[in-house]
Amino acid sequence: MRDVLIAGVGATDFGEHPDRTGRELFAEARSLALERSAVPPDEVDALYYGNFMGETAEGQSHGAPLMAEGLGSSGLEATRIENACASGGYAVAEGVRAIRSGAADVVLVGGMERMTDLGTEGTTASLARAADELYEISAGMTFPGAYGLLADAYLSRHDGTREDLAHVAVKNHANATTNPKAQYRQEITVEDALEAPRVASPLGLYDACPITDGAGAAVLVSPEYADTAGLEPKAVVTGSGRGTDALSLQGRDDLTRTPAAEAAAETAYEQAGISPGDVDFAEVHDCFTIAEVLALEALGLYEHGEAIDAAREGETARDGATPINLSGGLKAKGHPVGATGVTQLVEATKLLAGTHPNADAVPDASTAVTHNAGGTVATAAVHVLEAVDAEEVGA
Amino acid sequence: MSEGDAASRVGYDEWLDALADGDGFYLRNGGDEATVPPAPGRGGLEREPLPARGTVEAVSTIHVPHPEFGDDAPYAIAVASFGPVRLTGQVRGVDPEAADLERGLEVEPTVVSKGENEDHTESRFVGFIPVEANPSER
Repeated sequence: MRDVLIAGVGATDFGEHPDRTGRELFAEARSLALERSAVPPDEVDALYYGNFMGETAEGQSHGAPLMAEGLGSSGLEATRIENACASGGYAVAEGVRAIRSGAADVVLVGGMERMTDLGTEGTTASLARAADELYEISAGMTFPGAYGLLADAYLSRHDGTREDLAHVAVKNHANATTNPKAQYRQEITVEDALEAPRVASPLGLYDACPITDGAGAAVLVSPEYADTAGLEPKAVVTGSGRGTDALSLQGRDDLTRTPAAEAAAETAYEQAGISPGDVDFAEVHDCFTIAEVLALEALGLYEHGEAIDAAREGETARDGATPINLSGGLKAKGHPVGATGVTQLVEATKLLAGTHPNADAVPDASTAVTHNAGGTVATAAVHVLEAVDAEEVGA
Repeated sequence: MSEGDAASRVGYDEWLDALADGDGFYLRNGGDEATVPPAPGRGGLEREPLPARGTVEAVSTIHVPHPEFGDDAPYAIAVASFGPVRLTGQVRGVDPEAADLERGLEVEPTVVSKGENEDHTESRFVGFIPVEANPSER
């Protein structure tokens, strides 16, 4: 299986962009990634584009050819990937597969979401569509409600507290203060989180990620192409796994685990030839604080039931044993849902390459993991990234 | 057509009708698999009576509602187990912010609709009625 090189990455600022269209946001991320990779736009063989709510946000389906305008030739393969909040991670996975298979040498993977124009009501309704329409949406399920159920099940089973979850929010906000692209760059306290209005018990406002506009992109290339073109790859994708679970929570065997992510991690680790102990840092899908806890356990960084106090103990802080969400995570960096899986790759690549503002927290890191979840982890994509000098790049 | 094939074609509305009539059921194959309709393409399923009582496995009181439920907030949504199957529904007949609305609560399944709109058949969904106000006294 040949390696997949990350030639360049780019992203917009995350936050509110009321005056910019989706194509403008994506074009910014795309241009940054292409410029930094030194790959000419007409060399791109394929585009995999993650987007979840284009229909409700901009009245736009069929976004792939729109985002591909100005790239490649008429033979370019442009495909939109929709797996709710895991759309971006699946776009990355499709790009990796295309290069590994030999079908492509240069792939642009990206994602974009515009959400803030929808407001809270419109976003709540749009995000709910990632749940099961018959069993869940019809009964008034919201996304915070679904994660509220997961949090209630987990905290009950493992004697966790809302304060434990608050520490996750505090940590990720602290990380975001030094990430200029992050949406929320102010610190919060445990008390702030505990006193915030409830959204869906036991979760409050500071347990939830914000509503975000933004885009991210990465140029993936084969080792042969990189060699011929004289590129300087920024990182290597050595593992790419995916997993699926029942869409509805009622179809799950255990509300305190996320087997789709467990399966995705197992596949990615096996491909990369690593174990959880090799992971130096991770960018995980903390759409809600409880989601970070579930992610750490699915990735094998903690045993089941033991990640709940990881943030409280400082183990996942920037100076902890395994820093988690140095970017600020979805929680504070922002969560433009269809782009998030790609933006995790962008942040992790810059951290490995030493070009991220928070890279000083992991100066010797060689192995990173990204974890991207769709819905209540009914879909999951996990990627292993390694630093270029740590990996002997091979065809 | 075998009984199993017929069971796989039962729709959700038909299942809700049965639940509303007190004839709730679930579908089970010969092994460990159990589900509720719809279950298209899943063969070997047979109807089994839904247990009359279930247990709340997780509950969340939603304060920021789905826009279609804006008049109902706050409302409590729960996943409850009924033998081998789980159902999702709103807990009714109890204060959604009551302290004893928690995991372990024993409930009976029913069919409810949004707000007071009893005839709004397209908006029907599962409801859970607590068996007693305080399950700890059982």
